[in-house]
Amino acid sequence: MSWSREQMIRRAAAEVRPGMIVNLGIGMPTEVANEIAPGAGVMLQSENGLLGMGPYPYDEQVDPLLINAGKQTVTAVAGASTFDSAASFAMIRGGHVDLAILGGLEVAANGDLANWTVPGKLITGMGGAMDLAAGARRLLVLQSHASKDGKPKLVAKLTLPLTALGCVDRVITELGVFDPTGDGFRCVERAADVTEDQVRALTGAPVAF
Amino acid sequence: MTYVIGPPAPGKLYPSVEVALADLLRDGMRLMSGGFGLSGIAEACIDEIARRGPRDLTVISNNCGNQGQGLAVLLQKKLVRAVICSYVGGNPDLAEQYLAGTVAVELNPQGTFAERIRAGGAGLGGFFTPVGAGTVVAEGKESRMLDGKLQIFETPLRADLTIIRAQVADRFGNARFHRTARNFSPLMATAATETVLEADTLVDVGAIDPDDVHLPGIYVDRIVHVPRHRDVIEFRTTRPGSQP
Repeated sequence: MSWSREQMIRRAAAEVRPGMIVNLGIGMPTEVANEIAPGAGVMLQSENGLLGMGPYPYDEQVDPLLINAGKQTVTAVAGASTFDSAASFAMIRGGHVDLAILGGLEVAANGDLANWTVPGKLITGMGGAMDLAAGARRLLVLQSHASKDGKPKLVAKLTLPLTALGCVDRVITELGVFDPTGDGFRCVERAADVTEDQVRALTGAPVAF
Repeated sequence: MTYVIGPPAPGKLYPSVEVALADLLRDGMRLMSGGFGLSGIAEACIDEIARRGPRDLTVISNNCGNQGQGLAVLLQKKLVRAVICSYVGGNPDLAEQYLAGTVAVELNPQGTFAERIRAGGAGLGGFFTPVGAGTVVAEGKESRMLDGKLQIFETPLRADLTIIRAQVADRFGNARFHRTARNFSPLMATAATETVLEADTLVDVGAIDPDDVHLPGIYVDRIVHVPRHRDVIEFRTTRPGSQP
């Protein structure tokens, strides 16, 4: 059986080590925060100028000028700091963020990532996606393994517009955990009862087990 | 010998945004506006620009408004010719006019956008960055292998006018921002010919400790005290319960 959305999020949270500075992308990656153990000393970086992002506020705590990259109201934890956008992206681009967890549309065997736009669909802009992908010291991508009609999203070569070259260290999908190796993917972990053949059938590049 | 320097002569403080912006708005100008989405925007300045209606604006802003509000009002009034930004999601006015071909949109990676503004204010001719290398962002730009990485050359951004909001400012223009409302605002203040700042609270010179100044007054040309803001929240997310 493949992993549920919740299992994927929990598996992603297991990649977060105590003391890390972590940036979580919009969508499913944001939910990883709920699975990080309190007291692990993890500081969440938010691209709009906050290091030490806390959970959503209680109703009476809501501050319209304290938001995350998705424009949701958040809080700041003890030890947090705020700064301007150039400082925020210096952290990101300068390799000071230990781990970024982003959503993905396609990952290639050489680590190339596509996650910012699909030709023909309404364009939204890349926001901080290219900066995070190119700059984070380690990049974890959370995405589905294949489209609903079985088209692989772990591929030999990207078919969608590039976000950043060779940036992906690890991909978590509903089928397991995969590391790009240059000419294929290494399956680090498989969801229970998912077979090697099932993985191969839904992957667009060679997979080593 | 003793001599005294400062406090600076008054002259930056204006009674209203109407007066502060009166001689600064013209058709075809380049406008920088701080804020992230609708958070921390210079609401009073934006309202006044919408009322005055200068046309053919180039707006330099991370989002150019959102959800029909903020700078999106300038789009609705068809005052905008071009937008330089990083993200247009959640802004149907911009998406619509971009698709219709009436507004040109130049998308930047957000950190590149911030750094281009910083470079513009810091007197730099540009910079090389690995962000965007190999992507659509790199098209038409010089690229080099630097430090073992493919990097692309990005040019500085400057504007005729910057409008920003701060939580507190003194009469010299020294300013502090609140939480994540700082974002692009102090950078943009450095990169425009004229910077107009609307401050929630106005204090005497000396009331802000020098170590607590986020934006030195050298970058601020005109100050308006604007005590009330609408502070529209795009996504009010809360957790259950109440503060212990």
